[in-house]
Amino acid sequence: MLKGKVALVTGAGRGIGREIALTLGKNGATVIVNYNGSKEKAEETVAAITAQGGTAEAIQCNVASFEESNQMVQDILAKYGRVDILVNNAGITKDNLIMRMTEADYDAVMDTNLKGAFHMIRHLSRTFLKQRSGRIINISSVSGVMGNAGQSNYAASKAGLIGLTKSVARELASRGICVNAVAPGFIETEMTEVLSDEVKENVKNVVPLGRMGTTQDVAELVLFLAGDKAGYITGQVLHVDGGLAM
Amino acid sequence: MLKRVKEIIEEQLNLENVDITEDTRFKEDLGVDSLDLFELVMAFEEEYGVEIPSEELEGLTTVGAVIDYMKDKGVDA
Ligand SMILES: NC(=O)c1ccc[n+]([C@@H]2O[C@H](COP(=O)([O-])OP(=O)(O)OC[C@H]3O[C@@H](n4cnc5c(N)ncnc54)[C@H](O)[C@@H]3O)[C@@H](O)[C@H]2O)c1
Repeated sequence: MLKGKVALVTGAGRGIGREIALTLGKNGATVIVNYNGSKEKAEETVAAITAQGGTAEAIQCNVASFEESNQMVQDILAKYGRVDILVNNAGITKDNLIMRMTEADYDAVMDTNLKGAFHMIRHLSRTFLKQRSGRIINISSVSGVMGNAGQSNYAASKAGLIGLTKSVARELASRGICVNAVAPGFIETEMTEVLSDEVKENVKNVVPLGRMGTTQDVAELVLFLAGDKAGYITGQVLHVDGGLAM
Repeated sequence: MLKRVKEIIEEQLNLENVDITEDTRFKEDLGVDSLDLFELVMAFEEEYGVEIPSEELEGLTTVGAVIDYMKDKGVDA
């Protein structure tokens, strides 16, 4: 389905990003597994893709840095000559109530979640323009749509991603480049593992489908958006949240 | 230089047999939009090895202006 395509997934060492990388790899794409901290985890993702018969490579880069992300893009282009699918998945949380939130925590979340996506899109936009094709998929969050107490920094970054998505979608549409945001709800990952049992129990009450989502639930949507069948979809925010926001 | 510049423009914009002179205006005569212009500039940069800063783009409204700019930067072709 994605044979011959090159996909770059940021923050793909674990969680949702890892699952997206595996899913794109299983469907034939050559996958660049970006990571920031843990090389071992990223290599594990690569090994899992290779074990499925796919092709993948791990590349270290902090997407919050304009220069580093440019270097990563240049390295990838030098080696593979193209990038067809960009998934901006790297993300962090530093939750706190607004009156207790530090400037550093606000900035860190913005720099990775929102600016990181800007960096990647900025550095790859020339390539997409030249190719006259490309898919950009930004992993936003239901928090960015509904807001969430204790997550003002995170929700602002995820709402910002939606504005970024829609603007870039308009700028690049005439060249056949599709840009969409995916807004997951509560997904079982290390990010949500830390939630208290009480919160987890409450999820069952507030989510119409009555359960947390899986990383596969998100990855399947990303796969669809990355594929040829989604060529008429751009500038959208697609929810994978069990009906939490509607 | 006009001949090669003309070729690049035709190639980038998928045009054939258009009359391109130094007076040709990108927007009015060739109907290019801002993305086309950006791509043209990228092509010129690649061909002639010069960087055209975004601030300069506004002044480059005609084919002749681009040629003059290149010559100004020491490109001789
Ligand atoms: N888990 C959920 O319920 C949920 C819900 C909505 C949205 N999301 C979003 O989905 C994405 C993935 O979440 P997850 O649950 O898998 O989280 P996770 O913490 O398991 O994974 C995030 C990954 O991003 C990487 N990363 C962080 N900062 C980076 C940087 N500066 N440069 C490169 N990589 C960096 C981390 O190393 C990690 O591998 C995030 O953007 C998150 O906000 C998750």
